[in-house]
Amino acid sequence: MSNQALPRPNFSPPAPEQGHRAALKLESTTAPLLQGKVSDVPDALFAWAMRLCGLAVVALLGLIVYELIVGSQLSWHAFGWKFFGLSDWNPVEDQYGALPFIYGTVVSSILALVIAVPLAVGVAVFITEMCPVALRGILSFTTELLAAIPSVIYGLWAIFVLVPIMREYVQPVFAKTLGWTGLFTGPSYGIGMMTAGVILAIMIIPIISSITREVLAVVPQHQREAVLALGSTRWEMIRVGVLRNARAGIVGAVILGLGRALGETMAVTMVIGNRPEIAKSLFAPGYTMASVLANEFSEATGDLYLSALIEIGLALFLVTIVVNTLARLMVWSVTRGHPAKGIA
Amino acid sequence: MNTTSSALAQQIVVPNVGWRRRITDHLMTGVAVLTVVLVLAPLFAIFAYLVYKGIGSINLAFLTQTPKPVGEPGGGMANAIVGTAVILAIASLLGVPFGIGAGVFLAEYGRNRYGDAVRFVADVLNGVPSIVIGIVAYGLVVVRQKHFSALAGGVALAIMMVPTIARTTEQMLLLVPQAIREAAYGLGVSRWRTTLSITLRTATSGIITGAMLAFARVAGETAPLLFTAFGNQFWNRDINQPTAALSLQIFNYAISPFDEWHRQAWAGALVLIVLIVTAVASVRFVVRRGKLAGA
Amino acid sequence: MGVGITVERLNAFYGKTQALFDINLNVVANHATALIGPSGCGKSTFIRCLNRMHETIPESRVEGTVRIGDLSVYNGTSATQLRRRVGMVFQKPNPFPTMSIYDNVAAGLKLNGFRNRKQLDEIVEKSLRNSALFEEVKDSLHKKSGASLSGGQQQRLCIARALAVQPEVLLMDEPCSALDPISTGKIEDLIFQLKEQYTIVIVTHNMQQAARVAEFTGFFLLGKMIEFDRTEKVFTKPSDKRTEDYVTGRFG
Repeated sequence: MSNQALPRPNFSPPAPEQGHRAALKLESTTAPLLQGKVSDVPDALFAWAMRLCGLAVVALLGLIVYELIVGSQLSWHAFGWKFFGLSDWNPVEDQYGALPFIYGTVVSSILALVIAVPLAVGVAVFITEMCPVALRGILSFTTELLAAIPSVIYGLWAIFVLVPIMREYVQPVFAKTLGWTGLFTGPSYGIGMMTAGVILAIMIIPIISSITREVLAVVPQHQREAVLALGSTRWEMIRVGVLRNARAGIVGAVILGLGRALGETMAVTMVIGNRPEIAKSLFAPGYTMASVLANEFSEATGDLYLSALIEIGLALFLVTIVVNTLARLMVWSVTRGHPAKGIA
Repeated sequence: MNTTSSALAQQIVVPNVGWRRRITDHLMTGVAVLTVVLVLAPLFAIFAYLVYKGIGSINLAFLTQTPKPVGEPGGGMANAIVGTAVILAIASLLGVPFGIGAGVFLAEYGRNRYGDAVRFVADVLNGVPSIVIGIVAYGLVVVRQKHFSALAGGVALAIMMVPTIARTTEQMLLLVPQAIREAAYGLGVSRWRTTLSITLRTATSGIITGAMLAFARVAGETAPLLFTAFGNQFWNRDINQPTAALSLQIFNYAISPFDEWHRQAWAGALVLIVLIVTAVASVRFVVRRGKLAGA
Repeated sequence: MGVGITVERLNAFYGKTQALFDINLNVVANHATALIGPSGCGKSTFIRCLNRMHETIPESRVEGTVRIGDLSVYNGTSATQLRRRVGMVFQKPNPFPTMSIYDNVAAGLKLNGFRNRKQLDEIVEKSLRNSALFEEVKDSLHKKSGASLSGGQQQRLCIARALAVQPEVLLMDEPCSALDPISTGKIEDLIFQLKEQYTIVIVTHNMQQAARVAEFTGFFLLGKMIEFDRTEKVFTKPSDKRTEDYVTGRFG
């Protein structure tokens, strides 16, 4: 039965009903203090109250969709799909075509991306890969600070500082060197598509940069080490070991920036010129979907006018939802499994 | 044999990184630094201009008077400052409780399909352009009341606050270790009591920070107020009437053709930024004060 | 005073996986019972079934009967009410980080509506004395947070917190595994004293500890209880070969 050769735990077990060691005098207790029935009702009530709050979030979305669809019915029945193809925006004659705004939104956003993406990715790469550790906190904090500035203040600064700079220094240079493309022709007022693109770019750099930083940080260290071990320079290591791995995430960050740019209202309204025309030159004034809403909504007389504007709002809403969802999916696919710091 | 192996050794020498690759490496580092400079330059420029152009115009008159009629110098944005405070108060009263409640739902009762749906919707809502939210608040409140109001503005901003606060609250609650909840359950504390007095209590500083960030974000918003609060050149004691707001005032003044109003726009912008930064900093300070030694 | 625990035909499940198979045992009042066994054998799951903590895990299920004293655990008592009569100390000390030492100990009472300040003071002091912590913290009860204590002190704080609610049973799930030997010794002494007032069930993977502290020992393996008897017998003359193999260190 018992194998005496194997060691047994060395012990002196307590015998039942016996034995004290040196006394901590134990103070006696009385009958259990907490009497009374415990009801399950408060728990259930609380749970339902919380669920209601969660439901409120979904209800908000429903409300938004409802208001937009109901409000745009008039315009939808009047123009149908042509609404998005016509470029005649004439409130006086009750003729509404949204094409100029779609064009303006798309062009200003793309221009913003073209400027912002290299800068934002550059900053992100610098902070995660090149920067001395001591500077990292300060740099990331200051780029986040850019995101905290309200849109109207960007607009204020753009009107009085950026526009003159564009008008006097930047646009003439572009006209001289790249004027042959047709993109940089015409009078240079400073107010126009190009300036709008620039200020938009400044505004979306923080979000593209911060998401890119998250995505880069998630690339495993051994990927970097593998490339370095092959005898690469630091830039080559970044290009091959980090950027290539983070590609999907960076694209996601860019698309998130696009989503932000599409909906940006105030700063753009203040510098784009607010002219519902489609022009090839970037110097020309334009109009975005958000801007026309900002400018004309409170003045809109007539139900059809208002309805047309709401329909533009609906279109803007749908586009930004699709773009943002796509972007999140791409970022999520890269950062999945790593604790995220919370996407703004 | 010896000569062969040493000759071999000489041939297998690892080549140095060519000058071309080294130059590229240095160049790219330079490019990266350049991007940082280019990105930070506007930041400094904006703050510099705000102070430079605004500080001279901030005086007692600016902070205590209402706007003067067009063309007359002087006057201030007192009504706009108060109006912003009122609208933000309404927005917080409406938005913060629902936001935190939704966050509690997501963290404690929402680790399932329904929670996933709410989470997704919250993220979608966070991406909706603020001007669209303004349209919705217009339809909800302004159309019903048949006039613009601070209430409508507050509703618009509240709609923006709820999904933001919900997600940050959720994240803070998830950081509370499950062991803490279990300790409370083990003591015979009911689930709702545990959630309120233990879980939420432990995550309080993070939740407050999250709410503050949402607050700061909507404090500077203009678009949703354009056709809800609408603005007002005079004092307004009634939340059911059009109300001035700092951001609205800055916008209207900036796009006006009057130099006097431009000057005041800069001052207003500086006041707005200072208010936002102060609000965020003061919350951090209060939160830190309330902690016990060693906590 | 402590009460006895009767367990009949207990089966526990995590979703579709069964973790406990037909456990039957009787825990004797005012004695310490140790549960030993290799990792993953179900002893933690078992102890968590006794105060229905197992239920807090989604998709978990329990079948069978458990009686604590005159209380039927799974039939008719709310989990909250049960847990006021059964205290639990966890593997890793988990004091409430935002609360002072005093508030930690009083938490079980305050959160359940007990407001009498004078009585609370008495109970807090008594519980801290009973867990051998009072002398060390009496000057900073309200000033220091629960989390600022050392590991061993935190665990004693958790014991005091559990005792303050005046349970009849104290469940301890590997209470010393995260502690240094000196703290472990202090807590083992404590358990020895507490036996007079409470019924103690202690899960441990340290066989020496079981031998030092408990009168009865149950050996778990793969979700089944292999043997349950007086500690002395389990360690010197076990009836089952598997128990023998485990206590002599052949595996586990």
